[in-house]
Amino acid sequence: MARPWESALGVPIYRDPKYRGIALQIGLCAALGYLAYAAVQTAADNLARSHVASGFGFWNVTAGFDISQTLIAYSPQSSTYGQAFWVGLVNTLVVAVLGIVLATILGFTVGIARLSKNFLVERLATCYVELIRNVPLLLQLLFWYNAVLKALPEFAASVVLPGGVLLNNRGLFMPRPLFADGTHILAMLAAVVLLAVAFNKIAGRSKGFWGAISVRAASTLLIVVALPIAAVLVTTAPLDFDYPQVGRFNVRGGLEVLPEFVALVLGLVIYTAAFIAEVVRAGVRSVSRGQTEAAQALGLTRMQTLRLIVIPQAMRMIIPPLTNQYLNLTKNSSLAVAIGYPDLVQIFTGTVANQTNQPVEVVVITMLVYLSFSLVTSLVMNLYNARYALVER
Amino acid sequence: MKQIAQALFAAAVAFAVADPAVAATLDTVKQRGVLNCGANGQLPGFGLPDSQGNWTGLDVDFCRAIAAAIFNDAAKVKFVALTATNRFAALQTSDVDVLARNTTWTLSRDAQGLNATGINYYDGQGFIVRKALKVNSALELNDAAICVQQGTTTELNLADYFRANRMRLKTVTFASLPEALKAYETSRCDAFTTDASGLYSTRLQLAKADDHVVLPEIISKEPLGPFVRQGDDQWFDIVKWVHFAMINAEELNVNKANVDEQLKSDNPEIKRLLGAENNFGEQLGLTKDWVYRIVKLVGNYGEVFERNVGQGSPLKIARGLNALWTKGGVQYAPPIR
Repeated sequence: MARPWESALGVPIYRDPKYRGIALQIGLCAALGYLAYAAVQTAADNLARSHVASGFGFWNVTAGFDISQTLIAYSPQSSTYGQAFWVGLVNTLVVAVLGIVLATILGFTVGIARLSKNFLVERLATCYVELIRNVPLLLQLLFWYNAVLKALPEFAASVVLPGGVLLNNRGLFMPRPLFADGTHILAMLAAVVLLAVAFNKIAGRSKGFWGAISVRAASTLLIVVALPIAAVLVTTAPLDFDYPQVGRFNVRGGLEVLPEFVALVLGLVIYTAAFIAEVVRAGVRSVSRGQTEAAQALGLTRMQTLRLIVIPQAMRMIIPPLTNQYLNLTKNSSLAVAIGYPDLVQIFTGTVANQTNQPVEVVVITMLVYLSFSLVTSLVMNLYNARYALVER
Repeated sequence: MKQIAQALFAAAVAFAVADPAVAATLDTVKQRGVLNCGANGQLPGFGLPDSQGNWTGLDVDFCRAIAAAIFNDAAKVKFVALTATNRFAALQTSDVDVLARNTTWTLSRDAQGLNATGINYYDGQGFIVRKALKVNSALELNDAAICVQQGTTTELNLADYFRANRMRLKTVTFASLPEALKAYETSRCDAFTTDASGLYSTRLQLAKADDHVVLPEIISKEPLGPFVRQGDDQWFDIVKWVHFAMINAEELNVNKANVDEQLKSDNPEIKRLLGAENNFGEQLGLTKDWVYRIVKLVGNYGEVFERNVGQGSPLKIARGLNALWTKGGVQYAPPIR
């Protein structure tokens, strides 16, 4: 029977490796904790003394600067730095979401093309991947920005497209339905996309008419395009538009797509798609050749083999690195600062940090935002991965 | 184990002493043997290195004058190119000893840990437009797209001016001056706005300078000056008085060429200025001949102005507000006595 101060082995507690280990670990954690605390405290003291950091009071102060793209309500005279932050956040989110969707489509296409037996298709895809992923993204963004600006006509020579659409190097100007502002349109798009996804999920379970891929594709198109139009026609007929008007210097009114936005999305999509293509190629290659042969022996066509046998198995390999690419794209969108697109970094760590002279607070907030973006993206992709992962017994 | 304990102890001590009383900037600079000066790096006339890495400009010469006063060697300056957005952080974290980067003196900057030491260039914000637009006044710019550099007072003045005149504005904001200017040049914007001094120098950077015109309106007060950190009054005084000394030297007609001659002058003001009489430099923590050094190695304010932005430079900016108070301008320095 061990005495209270002795462990089960019959030696004093301080000589028992198990307890000694625990004690050491607690000590190390405490020391690390103290170090972290001391570092933060020292930094905070130093910052406070040199007036670098003085709290988050600036959040409710009037901003006073103009922003070129505001999808939510903002005006320089009455909006605060806090509202400028939300404008930047929405602008970043729009680029990230659109970029991820388009980069996935382009990346999968190029990735499959690299596996093609057609010499020309395969070579073209290879050239694309090698060229794009070996040139720094910043250079590509500057290239696209200048390419977009140079390719478009000057304001005086604006191109008039059918339906009252104007195109020049200040942007693409479309008639805006009078009932809706940017927020409504975004909400409507989100609702329609959700509806389409839900429909596909339910129809996908059906083995009959609704389950056929062609029927599903056609129905999805109908939901995304026809439904909003029908809804608008039913509720607010006759429909009025705010047509873009040509002024002395600029187009006034209408919906505006900035060239900075186009260049940023274009650059990010083309760059990230090259990496996604490689991820897809590696994923497909990782599926054993026997699977394809077996599928063909069963009489499946090449498309069916790819869609039903190869891709589902390849997805297991593809999703984790694909998540990385999504995170990269989101974070790379901060390079917008170089081409004048008002994203979160440009508005917040650029203008707001400088006008308020509170760089520490501003940078901390911005880091937290990107961290949450990345964690949410990872979470969604991990859930998706869990569904696709091989179930082992 | 022992090593770990020692390491932890050492780290703890390091953090404990990482918070010393602020050392006097002058002593730090003397010990280092070189002045760290935050400069522009992209603005001809104010701060720009050439292909050999030699810096020139009005603000650059101001830092040289400080180095001359301290070391009797105008070359003992290390220039650090700063952007509009990182300049204050660089000063506050002691990366530079002085910030001479065409920075506007405002209340909030003074209140937030910085001190403006004086005004070495009276400026104001203006616009440049393409001649082809046939615009004669900034008040005609309603609805115009305007390129601007972010993190500047310019950005705020622009929004204020358009609001005050009930005009609509489309701002396109860029992180750096060259990018903003390039966007203007590719006609992404109708106008480009910055301080008037900057407009003259950026106009020369455009491919066809003659196709562009600077509009007459000056929409803001932009008193540009050097900045120091708060909390070191001696250093604040030195930087402030280097500027005043250069103006006083111009006022008393003491220049690079005649400074040795003027040493023998009987004028009591010149005697005090050049240290022939009394010890004013020593009161600042410098030497008696501090102004002699500045004028001999760098020049007086007028010489520095003409050389960098005035008639001796491609910019050819008139003295205007920056002329001495005796000649119709507002450059005025308290007396050295």
